[in-house]
Amino acid sequence: MSLAPSPPFTGRPRRAWRKDSVLPGFPLALGITLTWLSLIFLLPLSALLLRPWELGLSGFWTVVTDPRVLAALRISFGAAALAATINAGLGLLIAWVLSRYTFPGRRVVDALVDLPFALPTAVAGIALTAIYAPNGPLGAPLAELGIRIAYTPLGIVLALIFVGLPFVVRTVQPVLEDLDREVEEAARTLGATPRQTAWRVVLPALAPALLTGVGLAFARAAGEYGSVIFIAGNMPLRSEIAPLLIVIKLEQFDYAGAASVGLAMLALSFTGLLLLNTLQGVLARRGRA
Amino acid sequence: MSLSIENVAKRFGDHAALDGVSLEARQGEFLALLGPSGSGKTTLLRVLAGLERPDQGMVRFGGEDLLTMDARARRIGMVFQHYALFRHMSVAQNIAFGLQVRPAKTRPSRAEISDRVEGLLSLVQLEGLGGRYPAQLSGGQRQRVALARALAIEPRMLLLDEPFGALDAKVRRDLRGWLRRIHDETGLTTIFVTHDQEEAMDLADRVAILRDGRLEQVDTPEQIYEAPASAFVFDFVGDGVQAPGEVAGGVLTVEGWRTPAPVGALPGPVTMSFRGENTDMLPPHAEGVPARVISVLRRGGLSRATCEIGGRTLVLEAPQSLAAPGIEVRLAPRSYLLHPR
Amino acid sequence: MNHRPLAPAGLALIASALVALGLIVVLPLAMVFHEAFRQGAGAYLAALSEPDAWSAMRLTLLVAAISVPLNAVFGLAAAWAIAKFEFPGRSLLVTMIDLPFSISPVVSGLVWVLLFGVNGWFGPLLQELGVRVIFNVTGVVLATVLVTLPFVARELIPLMEQQGADEEIAAITLGAGPWTTFFRVTLPNVKWGLLYGVLLCNARAMGEFGAVSVVSGHIRGLTNTMPLHVEILYNEYDFVGAFAVATVLAGLALVTLILKSALEWRHAGELAATRRH
Repeated sequence: MSLAPSPPFTGRPRRAWRKDSVLPGFPLALGITLTWLSLIFLLPLSALLLRPWELGLSGFWTVVTDPRVLAALRISFGAAALAATINAGLGLLIAWVLSRYTFPGRRVVDALVDLPFALPTAVAGIALTAIYAPNGPLGAPLAELGIRIAYTPLGIVLALIFVGLPFVVRTVQPVLEDLDREVEEAARTLGATPRQTAWRVVLPALAPALLTGVGLAFARAAGEYGSVIFIAGNMPLRSEIAPLLIVIKLEQFDYAGAASVGLAMLALSFTGLLLLNTLQGVLARRGRA
Repeated sequence: MSLSIENVAKRFGDHAALDGVSLEARQGEFLALLGPSGSGKTTLLRVLAGLERPDQGMVRFGGEDLLTMDARARRIGMVFQHYALFRHMSVAQNIAFGLQVRPAKTRPSRAEISDRVEGLLSLVQLEGLGGRYPAQLSGGQRQRVALARALAIEPRMLLLDEPFGALDAKVRRDLRGWLRRIHDETGLTTIFVTHDQEEAMDLADRVAILRDGRLEQVDTPEQIYEAPASAFVFDFVGDGVQAPGEVAGGVLTVEGWRTPAPVGALPGPVTMSFRGENTDMLPPHAEGVPARVISVLRRGGLSRATCEIGGRTLVLEAPQSLAAPGIEVRLAPRSYLLHPR
Repeated sequence: MNHRPLAPAGLALIASALVALGLIVVLPLAMVFHEAFRQGAGAYLAALSEPDAWSAMRLTLLVAAISVPLNAVFGLAAAWAIAKFEFPGRSLLVTMIDLPFSISPVVSGLVWVLLFGVNGWFGPLLQELGVRVIFNVTGVVLATVLVTLPFVARELIPLMEQQGADEEIAAITLGAGPWTTFFRVTLPNVKWGLLYGVLLCNARAMGEFGAVSVVSGHIRGLTNTMPLHVEILYNEYDFVGAFAVATVLAGLALVTLILKSALEWRHAGELAATRRH
């Protein structure tokens, strides 16, 4: 044993490379993990990151600033942002009801929230189209009011609300269940009205989780394909989504063009998530520090 | 303003949390609600705060019917067991909350609020920590923020639920004296809930002991210790032993020992209660309850023996000659209590 | 769980949540069955007994049977390495495993075409060897594996982290070998979490549309999975056929939900904390 002085304590124990753990299997487990991740994810991803540059920087720029591509990106990300915002409200409402009230059938309702996770997107797509088509059970009465949903951008938003809803509910619900009821009671004894308690006490406590859920819903919706293409109508410049453009470019064997659109989508998604993460970091720092 | 609780009852499903509790507290009194968990003490506190509506009974405060008022109109400060601080607000924002949520007409100005917050911070000895967040504070500091927040609304009464429950022993002792001083300075009627008899006896003007939703005894700490109203109270507020016995024909029989019953003792089965500090240990031929020494702990010149009396144990000081495990002895209580069984 | 008496405000909240969920989630589900039986049970059964429908079902089962076990092994290995050991880059690895979730399914298909399509990096090589990946079952499997990569791992990592390594260390000190420790100690402790991950992984594998659509080429009877077959029938205006196949997928989704809820209620203690209800 060495009697040398131990290194100064720097606030938290240093994470050591735990090769000396008595547990076996680290090389094998990490080997399998890294090999599989490289083959299935990193290698294909590198093709997406590298192939657009076959066109050169200007070629890439020409592809992604093409009016049709720009319009498609705007529709995909705009509709995703709108749907995620609507889901913030709907998800909060549903999570609140599920965590704060008991009523007959609550467990069934709770299980149904996950249906959009489990239902194949193509099935959701044709079902939503059938409902909101001009001769559908909701589409027909709405058409009489002059509102068209199927084959318009509204239809896209609707499909994306369907796809994203469970993300918000499932991230907010556990936080809401853990939220100490004493905190709300404290606000009450201090004279706050129910509305003041909701806005000043409950909502700020939920905000980080809500943002996470909205971020997940947004990321999922921005790249969504199956549930959207049936109801979108796919009119270039109007209701054509970015993933569909990738499919079209591939059908024309324009790999570099398809990869360019794919890369642009990836970049936009990560920018959006980064913004939400930053905002969330600011909020969370105040809560935990 | 005095508080008067009359015959309050509250059920949760089949469980009677409060079963006809009547209690008075004088203006400025420091009252402890003491009892084991599930005895209804927190429910009673929550009824006073307006967080729980009793099924029956009356609660009057300074002649006003509290039960018709919403929690938020009562102006009763409450310090919650886990403090319930707002995590996303700084210490100063937490303290100011109760003032900021007032309607515009009665809300103090920004400057007044910040003055008030500063004053409270110094009252609870947290000067300069107004900008911190609850997560950056120690348990004891959080507790004081919770108290400052409750005092900010200038409450008419202060309620504390297990105020020291989540703190370690040393911090508890420090805060205890400090809380008493705050109470004496503000002169507020203060009611606190605890399951720790030592805390209640040390701190309170009077102690109310609850058991299964009923009041067992309300008295000064001295009275409760010296004259417990029931075997339960005796057991709850100190170390002692309780042995079953029988009073018949003016004779008390306990564990085979027969002695003249005290004057006025009613015949029938009784529980005899006595404490180690009031009991002499005598050799086996003397008068007293038969017992056996199980173990002896020597510290300094004194020996403390653990004795067994009919399956129960009592710790008391033992004379040198009897301080040996296995030895048969007699225990002679200098004073004892009899409660009907 | 709280038992608040229901005030009118509470009832209104519950009602609006139920209406929202009904319109957004339940109505589409009901619509699938309604449309499938629009021309009666006979037409429904006829649509389902089409040979193309059968071969789509067979392919979907085959793809799931290959990709789910592969990702289950990956998930177990990743969770073992990440939850039981500390090493540099550990949190980066966790982030990477989650990444496929935030990538468009179409992009997850596209990347395989970029590698193995006619104009792909390995396209010419594959052509020389006479091997087809794109517009072939291989491509469908690869796309499915990528899309479902995170499912098992992200269930197991938090669960195994929660459980720590004490039991395994105890087993080793008692003389158990590595595989004995894994099969007799670790696996029984995570079996419900593993099942949960496999369940979600399987649902996605069988239902994946976007990624598979890009690589499959929609060759009937050969590379058509059930979701793709739904699309083909729908685009051919065979609505009863499309919705009939869709009912099978919807049934699968319902079974998944029931099993998932059963796991959450029965074995809550043996799932990661975020999955307990």
